[in-house]
Amino acid sequence: MPAAGHLLDVRDLSVVFTRKGRRDVRAVDGVSFTVDAGETMGLVGESGSGKSVTSLAVMGLLPKRGVRVGGEVHFDGDDLLTLPPERMRDIRGQDIAMVFQDPMSSLNPVVPIGIQVTEVLERHQDMKGEAARKAAAELLDRVGVPDPNRRLKEYPHQLSGGMRQRALIAMALACRPRVLIADEPTTALDVTIQAQILELLKELVRDSGAALVLITHDLGIVAGLCDGVHVMYSGKIVESALRHTLFAEPRHPYTGGLLGSVPRLDAPRGAALHPIPGSPADLRPWSQGCAFAPRCANRVDPCMQETPALETSPDRALRCYNPLRADEEVPA
Amino acid sequence: MALIGFGLIAFFVLVAIFAPLIAPYGPTDRPGADVITPTNIPGPSAEYWFGLDELGHDEFSRVVFGARQSLLVGVVALLLGMAGGLLLGVLAGAFGGKVDGVIMRIVDVMLSIPGLLMAIAIAALLGRSLLSVMIAIAVINIPIFARLLRGQMLAQRESDYVLAATSLGVRRRSIILGHVLPNSMSPVIVQATLTLATAIIEAAGLSFLGLGSPDPRVPEWGLMLANTQRYLASAPHLAFFPGMAIVLAALGFTLLGERLREALDPKYRR
Amino acid sequence: MLRFVARRLLLLGPILLGLSVLLFVWLRALPGGPASALLGERATPEAVARIEELYGLNEPWYVQYWKFLVNAVQLDFGNSSRTNRPVVEEMLRTFPATIELGTTALIFAIGIGIPLGYFAARRYGTWLDNLSVSGSLIGVAIPVFFLAYILKYVFAVRLGWLPTGGRQDPRMDAEHPTGFYVFDGIITGDLEAILDALVHLILPAVALGAIPLAIIVRIARASVLDVVHEDYVRTAEAKGLYERTITRRHVLRNALLPVATVIGLSAGLLLSGAVLTETVFAWPGVGFFVAEAIGNRDYAVLQGFILMIAFLYVLVNLAVDVSYGLIDPRVRVQCALPRSRRPPRLRRSARRAAASARTPGSGCAAIRWRSSASG
Repeated sequence: MPAAGHLLDVRDLSVVFTRKGRRDVRAVDGVSFTVDAGETMGLVGESGSGKSVTSLAVMGLLPKRGVRVGGEVHFDGDDLLTLPPERMRDIRGQDIAMVFQDPMSSLNPVVPIGIQVTEVLERHQDMKGEAARKAAAELLDRVGVPDPNRRLKEYPHQLSGGMRQRALIAMALACRPRVLIADEPTTALDVTIQAQILELLKELVRDSGAALVLITHDLGIVAGLCDGVHVMYSGKIVESALRHTLFAEPRHPYTGGLLGSVPRLDAPRGAALHPIPGSPADLRPWSQGCAFAPRCANRVDPCMQETPALETSPDRALRCYNPLRADEEVPA
Repeated sequence: MALIGFGLIAFFVLVAIFAPLIAPYGPTDRPGADVITPTNIPGPSAEYWFGLDELGHDEFSRVVFGARQSLLVGVVALLLGMAGGLLLGVLAGAFGGKVDGVIMRIVDVMLSIPGLLMAIAIAALLGRSLLSVMIAIAVINIPIFARLLRGQMLAQRESDYVLAATSLGVRRRSIILGHVLPNSMSPVIVQATLTLATAIIEAAGLSFLGLGSPDPRVPEWGLMLANTQRYLASAPHLAFFPGMAIVLAALGFTLLGERLREALDPKYRR
Repeated sequence: MLRFVARRLLLLGPILLGLSVLLFVWLRALPGGPASALLGERATPEAVARIEELYGLNEPWYVQYWKFLVNAVQLDFGNSSRTNRPVVEEMLRTFPATIELGTTALIFAIGIGIPLGYFAARRYGTWLDNLSVSGSLIGVAIPVFFLAYILKYVFAVRLGWLPTGGRQDPRMDAEHPTGFYVFDGIITGDLEAILDALVHLILPAVALGAIPLAIIVRIARASVLDVVHEDYVRTAEAKGLYERTITRRHVLRNALLPVATVIGLSAGLLLSGAVLTETVFAWPGVGFFVAEAIGNRDYAVLQGFILMIAFLYVLVNLAVDVSYGLIDPRVRVQCALPRSRRPPRLRRSARRAAASARTPGSGCAAIRWRSSASG
């Protein structure tokens, strides 16, 4: 029995991609976090930071060949990584569900929406026929799809982007999962629709008491939705804190850089933008120091030598030799 | 895989070119004429590697000379077919609209008759000769190239770089000739290789049916196969060697074509 | 849906018309002129005069064409110059044999091809996959008549397990009300006849179906490989669905679309391959008859038979098109859009099918090869 009784407890998760004739890629490198019921957790990072892979590993959706997964993922008294595939199939969709990024490609184009919803109900709750259809219509209604009964018979290409994402959310929440993972749920949508979908997620999670793991690169979304935030860089968590703390006082230079790079409405006109210098490809392997070092203005000698350890304190976890100070300006 | 393909093709081409040097006898020589009886057609031996045929020819020599025939027919048919097909394709792809519509209708009609039957009709029309086989095969491949190139060009025309060039004021003809056309060529090259393979098979098929050269002494693999119906039980080597030759030649070009496709198609995931 | 079917039928018209024009011109272009072509050796002056009268050969071309069309619709193609029987009669005699053979070959090709392609894709990189790929590559390089010879030699001549040719044992005395021997055996309740017919079908069907099999395996495998990596399959996995549900509803239903295209194309291969295969196995069908007609310069037969075969081929492809519309709902919508609004983007595996495709109907049928994503 896990001591603290967290709903989802990820410990030292690692994912390595192996390819014949090429070097191994450590997409996820010793990531740990916990999520509790009713909590919304944000996992922030750029493309390539490993945030999506983390969620796929938790769900057991990574390919079997060419992938090595290590660590532990505790849920409901089990380590998901050691479960047989059939058990994992039972858990997926029912206890832990996921919503993906691109609603058009995430839906089967030749099957009506109704069936794509009822198949989850049929699978996990043995619902069939009319009962399943009614439940599906209710779900669609719950996520804000107008005229749900007609929609059940329609195909994905007949729906708008926002509606498709709502349908996907309906499918994910059909069996009232205790954990919902949303991987960039709004990235592929229009900005106006984004806000609606996020509101919807907030509402649904609040009502059901589920835990939400929100994966995104957009800090704005995190600010509006999440309780706690983990910032990932190149496969490791570099900073974790509660939302307010993180935004008010970022300590890791990367977090500071992310926050500082967002243009502000109240900045004087003509003020320079502050991107993080370099690109995600300017990497240093963690084994040789800090992966962010090539781009970091706060770089000191230890950064180029040894992996910084994740240090926990009451209000945050931080992996840095030379963090930003409380009074320091966001780096220019 | 590419290596095998290349190897086979090189082998085939070399054999075709150097046939007179490789083959111990001419294609119409009958060195074993006195040994042959209706019940005794010797198979492979030290002297005659592929055995003798029912008229006493050295099978090996005939198969070797047959390579010339097949290569010749294949290449000529391919070139003619490509020429016709690409021309139609360019016209349809460049002009679009009504021209495209008309050309595609014609292509559709041509494709509505299954390949070999169409070739049979054409070869029957033109009389029994090598040339009619070449023309027939060329004609049935015209619609394939036409449609291929047209499809490619239409796809390219909608791409962003064409839009960019047009907005910069580049003239239409330059865009088509200088950009769209070259970018459309890679699948054409792939198709050409594959068509060469099928042309060899189709030519053999037409000869098998008696539509090729009327001269029975001409060493054409398909014709050689046709003549062996009666001797299948007693002299299977008569069918085996020409047939294998066709398979190897076609296989060589098919493998090359597949390898080219992998190399040239940027989105091809192996 | 109905509008989709109607549109497809409408496209049929011009093709058939064009076909008739083609054959009309072909007959007129034959060496010696159409009269002697149709009569062959029996071209006495009176016979020639009669033919000229019948076909209006001395009248303006549009009258001739009209007469030709009228005759074609009534299935009047004249008489075979060899047997002197009406071409139509010969058709009725030979078509059932070929249809029986072709259908068996197609069932063979699809029944083995699709599962094999599917499992090769699911077991990517294993021996099964490599074997399937190699097999299908070799399969398209073998001329069908050579394969027929090999099969005949190994199984009939050497091993003696199967007959060397024909449709039924000459000593057998069975009734054939429909001309489809297996079916006939079933309705007459003659078990021996059924078995005999089946045994005679095996070798020619395998020979004929081998090349379509190779192509179907190729396309099915490529298509399944594509689909398995699509996002919606990942969604299905995330829902925790059973593997067989995912396979059936999500993978196969999408993967089979390009395969449908290839099946249409296979019909053409079967029809032309029949000419060669039936010759090797002395199968008394259309192909055998056409092969004979070539040798006998029996142009009346050639014209009539080619027209009917092409008609059949076009119909089969129409059926495939319609089935495509049944499976893929996007097709029904897109086909209604005007040409200018249809971007011709192709999905990889479907593109491969298209590249080697010889299917008629480039217009709306081209949408069979559309991409699956943001169309």
